[in-house]
Amino acid sequence: MMKLNIPVPGRRFVIGVPYTWLVVFFMLPFLILLYISFVDMGNDISPFKPIWNHETGLLKLKYENYWSIFRNAQDGTGLFHTIYIEAYIRSIWYALCTAVLCLVIGYPFSYFIARSKASVRPALLMMVMLPFWTSFLLRVYAWKGILADQGVLNQLLMALGLINEPIQMLYTNVSMLVGMTYVYLPFMVLPLYANLVKMDFRLLEAAHDLGASPFRAFWLVTVPLSKAGIVAGFMLVFIPCLGEFVIPSLLGGPENIMIGRVVWDEMFTSNNWPRASALAVVMIGLIVIPLAIYYHFTGEEK
Amino acid sequence: MATGGYKDNYLVTEKLVKRFDEALAVDEVNLSITQGEIFALLGSSGCGKSTLLRMLAGFEKPTSGRILLGGKDVASLAPYERPFNMMFQSYALFPHLDIWENIAFGLKREGLAKEDIKQRVGEMLDLVQLTPYAKRKPHQLSGGQQQRVALARSLAKKPKVLLLDEPLGALDKKLREQTQFELVNIIEKVGVTCVMVTHDQEEAMTMAGRIAVMSKGRVLQVGSPEEVYEHPANRFVADFIGNVNLFEGVLSLDQPDRCAVQTAIGEIQVGHGVSGALNMPVAIAVRPEKIEIHKTRPDVDHNVFTGKVKEIAYFGSYNTFIVQASDVKITEANTSRHDLSDITWEDDVFFWWSDAAGVVLRD
Repeated sequence: MMKLNIPVPGRRFVIGVPYTWLVVFFMLPFLILLYISFVDMGNDISPFKPIWNHETGLLKLKYENYWSIFRNAQDGTGLFHTIYIEAYIRSIWYALCTAVLCLVIGYPFSYFIARSKASVRPALLMMVMLPFWTSFLLRVYAWKGILADQGVLNQLLMALGLINEPIQMLYTNVSMLVGMTYVYLPFMVLPLYANLVKMDFRLLEAAHDLGASPFRAFWLVTVPLSKAGIVAGFMLVFIPCLGEFVIPSLLGGPENIMIGRVVWDEMFTSNNWPRASALAVVMIGLIVIPLAIYYHFTGEEK
Repeated sequence: MATGGYKDNYLVTEKLVKRFDEALAVDEVNLSITQGEIFALLGSSGCGKSTLLRMLAGFEKPTSGRILLGGKDVASLAPYERPFNMMFQSYALFPHLDIWENIAFGLKREGLAKEDIKQRVGEMLDLVQLTPYAKRKPHQLSGGQQQRVALARSLAKKPKVLLLDEPLGALDKKLREQTQFELVNIIEKVGVTCVMVTHDQEEAMTMAGRIAVMSKGRVLQVGSPEEVYEHPANRFVADFIGNVNLFEGVLSLDQPDRCAVQTAIGEIQVGHGVSGALNMPVAIAVRPEKIEIHKTRPDVDHNVFTGKVKEIAYFGSYNTFIVQASDVKITEANTSRHDLSDITWEDDVFFWWSDAAGVVLRD
């Protein structure tokens, strides 16, 4: 590899900026979170107690914060039968569903943009990104207006005579998935587009020439070659969806609580900062595992 | 292979036309390609040769006209239904598949048995001498090796016609010369009918049995390399193939076995007749290597002219002299037939050629 001829102090500075950023805004908060997850609940004045006991002078790690996530202490039904585990599983499930939906919708989308004339591509990409220019909350609220009992969609269906009374669409899992898929779709489209636009069209011609029908050529050439884009898009949707708080609270049903909501409740309703921290630490673990898989895949490409 | 009496016109294009919006890319091309020959489409970029090849492959739909293979129209078949395989200029090897998988790609689409595929891929790897590289990915091979993989992949399905798009275009000069013969050997060994596209006349001359010279969507001349070089059909072909001196003039004598043309440097005599009217404008093409240059007047009675040496270029095996005669610049390439070491810049010289050397061009 070529060695850049940058003087050492300059090089240190350039590398130092992102490092400092990561340490101050990611590493330090995480360490604080980790610390709180191992201490006792506090009171109204300070929400958590220090890790060492002033009287005995001993360190005391409260593992109970973590145990209580996995074990229901009250009814003793055993491991993994807690609302937290349920919330984790639900969050993973809906994040997966959202990522799959985004992939299914986003792939043809990206393919279409990548295959259109180079002159219209910027305009099409602009249309993908345009919704970002309006407030995120506004866009989610707009879905409320569409999906509500007296909303646009129900009224349209009734006007067409397809239904007699409104269908409950808002505050269900469906409305939540619709909202999340809508909001996160660009995160799937952009990396997929970036990947597909680089693909050599002649490879498809070569596949046709060798006897592959258009569908086979797509499946045997386009899809494998866009693997990196699929993985990147999938992760970009899956990871933020896992901890998504706003969309489930605004569009989701009351009975299906996501882990983001659980952390909120522990923090601000139960005032149990240590448990909220423990829940957050476990969730970071849940995010790091798919990330590790992702890096394993992209590392393999090289 | 059964040809059903179509050996000589195995692959035929009839009034083949391709129009892109307003531009006419291929203009009523009629070709007749013999089974087993290597046929080159030669022309500069934008002459329609690639479009023609892409129509044969099925990537472009002809605007009108027919493509007949063994008497059957294949123009309506999709590329994946045609018994034609193409070697792409960029090779278009699948980067996510190894060499073995690349060669097996077409065979798998035919739904052959695993054992048959294995055997066929093995044969192909042997043919192009890449057996040790079967498990490598394309990017781990050199340009020449990639080219051989592309060839093996396009031959694996035993196509009835092999299409080569600038087969040596992506290789550097040294490798190209060596590969030319290798490629021809392999193609001849397999015995496949081959249509190649090239802008490189040398490549076309060495590889192809017959050449179609194309310009502006039209085929100007079809013939063996020798025919095209020695008897160009018109000014464009004469100029495009090799170097040539073109003398514009008017026909001043027309007999069955000889004619004469009045040009700016004088009367030029040619040892063949033309069926044309006197005083019609024509051009005479004379190849540089057919012109002799002397310091003293040679003992001949016609086609002798005088001029002044303007440039001398040394090419090792031959020298090129540029001689100015009246307003015309004449190129003479000497292949060490006689010693010219005493001729130098600004010398007054005599140059001449035999009356068999010139070719009268009407178009």
